[in-house]
Amino acid sequence: MATLRDIQRRIRSVQSTQKITRAMKLVAAAKLRRAQERIIAARPYANKMAELLGNLVSGAGEEAHPLLAQREGPRRQIVIVTADKGLAGAFNSNVIRRSLEFVRQSNATEVTLVVVGRKARDFYRRRPYTIKRDMIGFWDRLAFNHAAELADYFMSQYLGHEVDEVHLIYNEFRSVASQRPVRQQLLPIPRTDGEGAGAESVEYIYEPSGEAILGDLLPRHVRMQVYRALMESLAGEYGARMTAMEAATKNAKEMIEVLTIQYNKARQEKITKELLDIVGGAEALKQGAEA
Amino acid sequence: MADRLSLEIATPMRLVTAETADEVVIPGIEGYFGVLPGHAPFLTTLGIGRLTYRQGREERHLAVAGGFAEVRNDKVIVLADTAETPEEIDRARAERSRERAERRLAGRSQEEVDHMRCQAALARALTRIQVAERGR
Repeated sequence: MATLRDIQRRIRSVQSTQKITRAMKLVAAAKLRRAQERIIAARPYANKMAELLGNLVSGAGEEAHPLLAQREGPRRQIVIVTADKGLAGAFNSNVIRRSLEFVRQSNATEVTLVVVGRKARDFYRRRPYTIKRDMIGFWDRLAFNHAAELADYFMSQYLGHEVDEVHLIYNEFRSVASQRPVRQQLLPIPRTDGEGAGAESVEYIYEPSGEAILGDLLPRHVRMQVYRALMESLAGEYGARMTAMEAATKNAKEMIEVLTIQYNKARQEKITKELLDIVGGAEALKQGAEA
Repeated sequence: MADRLSLEIATPMRLVTAETADEVVIPGIEGYFGVLPGHAPFLTTLGIGRLTYRQGREERHLAVAGGFAEVRNDKVIVLADTAETPEEIDRARAERSRERAERRLAGRSQEEVDHMRCQAALARALTRIQVAERGR
């Protein structure tokens, strides 16, 4: 049986944990709101871009641009996006598990990795895969430039015929409480990317030409895809952390309740025992005096 | 035919503006072009320069660089890599990058790529300075 003081100590410890989890939840909620606003702010650009892409690609053949060309080669590059920090439920492990499945399906000697986020780097660093590049410590100040840099890196690899396919694995933000790891093929650009954007084809005057505009559009499209994925992953991370910390705060509350009951019971028992001792002692004294 | 244009300017980070205008002048890759209501469908890549739109007698300016502009059904949509209003431009920073670019361009032994990059940086800096001056 734990002593009174032990129980009290545990209650205090759980209380301070609860304070931390509650604070983390509030911080995650505030950051989540900002991250969601960014996703919404990027939408006008992204939607219009998809529409233009659909318009231009439907008229162009595969040979119109090297980023569209399907190749037979087996060399895959896989970009894995996780958070830098944990304490976000299964957020990181889900996406890592998904990526590991895909990495194992690929031909091991031909696959190269680009890891984004500390968790992905730490996981794959200890395993026998080739990490071409990592990107960590930027999440707090995520900007379009980060996405552009990453996208330009693997586009140059692709155009330099060092890789034949580029895939992105990240957590899709479905709702505050739900994130799902998804895989997206980035290169060659799937021809379905611009489809369903709701564009009827228009006879434009092009300047300088349709092909030149397409050549400008495709790299920007890829950068935007990466940017969107990074934003979704960030929003997902905060959502996951918020949910996890909410659960932790609730668990702490339940634990405090249980411990408090235990504490009261122990206290009562102690008082009862003391009373019995006093009564017993008094009885003994009385008997001694009478004798 | 509408007698005004609707204008939307967006960057990857945000929607910069969405309003109506009587006339828009856009820095296309092959030079500035003006858009009035009734313009034919038009699609171009953006250069680096000053985008101007007129509402009545009032003119507004933005510094834009890279991207696309589409004109269709009296709707002008500009997708720019960057677009800044005069208030947003950091004048001192633009001056610094102008100096840096000029210094580099003056130096010899330039590779072609670097040279082009410096010229683009210079053009962006000059545009920003110009827009910051004009817009206030």
